[in-house]
Amino acid sequence: MSNDEMQELIARRAAEELKGPMVVNLGIGIPNRIPQYLTDKQVYMHTENGMLGIGPADSDDLDPNLINSGKEPVSEMAGASYFDSAQSFAMIRGQHVGAAVLGVLQVDQTGRIANWSVPGKDIIGVGGAMDLLEGAERVICTMTHTTKNGEAKILPECTYPITSERCVDMVITELAVFKFEHGTMYLTELMPGITLEEVRTKTRANYIVCIEK
Amino acid sequence: MGKLKKDAIEALQVVKNGDVILVGGFGLVGSPLALIEGLTSIPVGELTIVSNNLGESGKGLGMLLNQKKIKKAIGSYFTSNRDVGEASKRGEIELELNPQGTLAERLRAGGAGIPAFYTATAQGTLLAEGKEEREFNGRKYIMETGLRGTVALIRAYKADTLGNLIYYKTARNFNPVMATAADYVIAEVDEIVAPGEIDPEIIVTPHLYVDAIIKTTKILTKGGVVDL
Repeated sequence: MSNDEMQELIARRAAEELKGPMVVNLGIGIPNRIPQYLTDKQVYMHTENGMLGIGPADSDDLDPNLINSGKEPVSEMAGASYFDSAQSFAMIRGQHVGAAVLGVLQVDQTGRIANWSVPGKDIIGVGGAMDLLEGAERVICTMTHTTKNGEAKILPECTYPITSERCVDMVITELAVFKFEHGTMYLTELMPGITLEEVRTKTRANYIVCIEK
Repeated sequence: MGKLKKDAIEALQVVKNGDVILVGGFGLVGSPLALIEGLTSIPVGELTIVSNNLGESGKGLGMLLNQKKIKKAIGSYFTSNRDVGEASKRGEIELELNPQGTLAERLRAGGAGIPAFYTATAQGTLLAEGKEEREFNGRKYIMETGLRGTVALIRAYKADTLGNLIYYKTARNFNPVMATAADYVIAEVDEIVAPGEIDPEIIVTPHLYVDAIIKTTKILTKGGVVDL
């Protein structure tokens, strides 16, 4: 499977988690691919640069001043609103956003994630990641199961600096879906054609197999 | 006429060496591009820039960075300009990274006379190092301080001559909150109208926050930044 195909598979599965009425914040990377798979009209998308109710970009009528947090062009849905950055983050930090879907570099077996800094590289970007971890009611992480070099990203402990002490609720990869409850990681779903053995060899963390579907 | 200035250079006369300058924008969107270009052409340096990003490579605040006029930058996402990491490695610039919500809230607090506040964001992470931690109702928080500037450079869509402002779509971002948090606030706008022509119900930044207004000379188009 190409990297592109993996990302599409993950985004499609993540879209199934988003049922309205709900306000969702989508991060940069794989999460930005989710909107095309959303069917529920009552899933309202929030972007931290100051908008609720983003829709797909209209390629014939792009507005350079209408973007999402990934600086990609978007459009206004009916009922959309604009607000400043302080109010946008008050929505997040004040727990008014129902779910955040984030890209992740590493996740540990208790559900803590690392997604903002790599040791040895400059610490120069954090954006809204830490705010979303503290404030979103539900956090879903999307990532390829291993790095491009095949190294495990699901680990006993993150080797990169963590984004928050808060544990995420779910991790979706091209191989499997994991859920976290009370510091324990559960493998709840295998992607089509994937075996437990394949997941085991590519995951360096402890988890309990508890297939739901 | 009062707050109306002829151009960016005239409006920027107040800027001095070592000032703390708040600059609106999320990348180039909502960025006061004419005022930033003005800053690159006046003899001031040792500036502290507070802005979410430092523009892009060679664009927006990226120009000012390449001129080595920025001593320190406070922002949340410098990754969008590859020159920032390089300048930091060479020791040419000090960077202070804030979570984006913390940056916005520090400005809001600064503008509202609030010296400090507690937030859960960044608690337990590298960005909490050296910050006071305190527990409220069983949850841990860290203390962050309010942030103010000497001068704020903001971009709005329309002003009246009193300085009331409205914004355009996601070009609003940090601009309204920065307008509250500096001693001298300069607004760069697309259109200037007479008082009364903007419906009072839709004014986002009331005029008491704004000290100077200029009409922009630069707009962001699909093809990039264009001079008017």
